Amino acid sequence: MAQIAESGGGDHGKGKKRAKKGSTHVDMTPMVDLAFLLLTFFVLTSTFSKPKVMPLAYPAKPKINDPVPPKANNVTTFVLAGDKVYYYRGEFYPKSRPGANGPTELTEANFGTGENSVRKLLASWNEYVIKNKVELDKKLEKKQISDSTYDAKLNDLTVKREAVKVLIKTDDKALCKSFIDLVDELKIASIGVIAPTDLTAGEKELLKAKN
Amino acid sequence: MPKIKMPKGTPSIDMTPMVDLAFLLVTFFMLTASFRNAEPVTVETPSSISDKIIPENILMVTLDKDGRVFFNLSDAEARKEMLNNMLQKYKIGLSEEKIEEFSFMSTFGCTMQELPAYMNTEAAKRASFPTQGIPSDSTKNELLDWLSFAATAAGNTGRTAFEEAKLKGGEPKMEDFKPKFILRVDSKTLYKDAQVVIDVFRDLNLNNLNFVTSAEAIPVN
Repeated sequence: MAQIAESGGGDHGKGKKRAKKGSTHVDMTPMVDLAFLLLTFFVLTSTFSKPKVMPLAYPAKPKINDPVPPKANNVTTFVLAGDKVYYYRGEFYPKSRPGANGPTELTEANFGTGENSVRKLLASWNEYVIKNKVELDKKLEKKQISDSTYDAKLNDLTVKREAVKVLIKTDDKALCKSFIDLVDELKIASIGVIAPTDLTAGEKELLKAKN
Repeated sequence: MPKIKMPKGTPSIDMTPMVDLAFLLVTFFMLTASFRNAEPVTVETPSSISDKIIPENILMVTLDKDGRVFFNLSDAEARKEMLNNMLQKYKIGLSEEKIEEFSFMSTFGCTMQELPAYMNTEAAKRASFPTQGIPSDSTKNELLDWLSFAATAAGNTGRTAFEEAKLKGGEPKMEDFKPKFILRVDSKTLYKDAQVVIDVFRDLNLNNLNFVTSAEAIPVN
C-alpha cells in the first residue's frame, strides 16, 4: 500500500486510469440556438430600402435690380388648399378684367387615377412632351444617344412652347403630403418647369368663395 | 430469411449543413446591416416615384408634424467647425468633450441657449428634451446661422475629399462631393411651416433642394 491514491479511495487495485475512448462530443445546441436567434434579429431589423430623395429646384429669390421676367406660355397653376387641389390654365383674369373666356375660375381635381385626376389631366395637356420623351427613351435604350445628350434633350423639350409649365401655390392649411404628391404627379407627367410661388390676392378671393 | 433490423436508439440527423447556412446568413446580415443613429424625432415621409438614393455629404433639415425644426450635418469634421463657429457667434461655452460628442451625433434640435443643457442630457433621453426646435422665424433666425456655417464647412470638407479622390486617380466629379441640401418633412407637416425653412435656404441662395421620400411604384401606362 505504498501507492498514493489518485482519487477517492474506492478503486483499489484496478490499475491505471484510462482516458475515455470515443469521440469527444461538444454539445453545439446552445451555440446553434444563439446563431438562429441572431439570424432572426438581423432579418427582422434590417431594412433594405434606403430612403430616396426627390429633387426640386426652387426659383432664386428675386433681387432688387432683377428685370421683370418674361411671361411664360402654357402655364398651369395648381392651388393646394387644405386637402383639396384646384387648377386653372393660362393667365389669371379677375372678374373686373375678364379674358376672352371670361374670368378665371378654379376647377377641382383629385390625386386618384380616374376622372378629373391630376394624372389624367396632365397626361392629356402634356402629350407633346410625353410622346417625344418616349422616343428619347427608346434611343437611350438602344444606346444611340449618351446619358448627357438625353438629359440635355429632355431639358430642351420641357421648356418648349408646347410643354406645360406649372406654378404651385399653397394656402395656410395645405399639408406637405399633398405638395409632394403634386410634385410627384408633375414628375410622372415629365413636367420640367415647376415653380412653387405665393398666392395672389385675386386667387385668395376665389379660394374663399370655394370654401 | 433474415429479418431487417431496425436501428436501435434515437435516429440522428446531421445538422451540420443547416448550421453552416445559419452562420453564413448571420454573417451576411451582420455585415450588411448598418445601424442608424438614434433620432430625436420620428418622421413619416411622404412617398414618391423618385429612385435617387440619399447622397453622402448632406445638410438635412427635418420638420416634424408640429413644425419643429431639427438639423443634421453628415460630416463629423464639418460639424465641429460649424459648432465652433456657432458657439463663438452666440458666445456660449461648451467643453471640448461635448464638442467632440456633438460631432458624432446625428439630428439635433434646440435653441443655442438650450444647447449646453441639451448636450448634458443623456443620449437616450434627448428625444424627450423639451424644446421648440431650432428657431427659424425672422426675429431670431438661428437656423440661418446653422445653415450658412454648415454649408461653408461642408463645402470645405467636400473639396478636401475631392482633392483626395483626385490624387487616388480616376476622374471624380466635383458635383458628387458638393454638399446636398435635404429637407425631410412629415406627411402631416403644414406646407406653410416647410415654406419658412425653404425661404431660409433661398435666402442663402441654396435653391436646389431635395425632399426625402419613401419609394413608390412607378405607374405603368
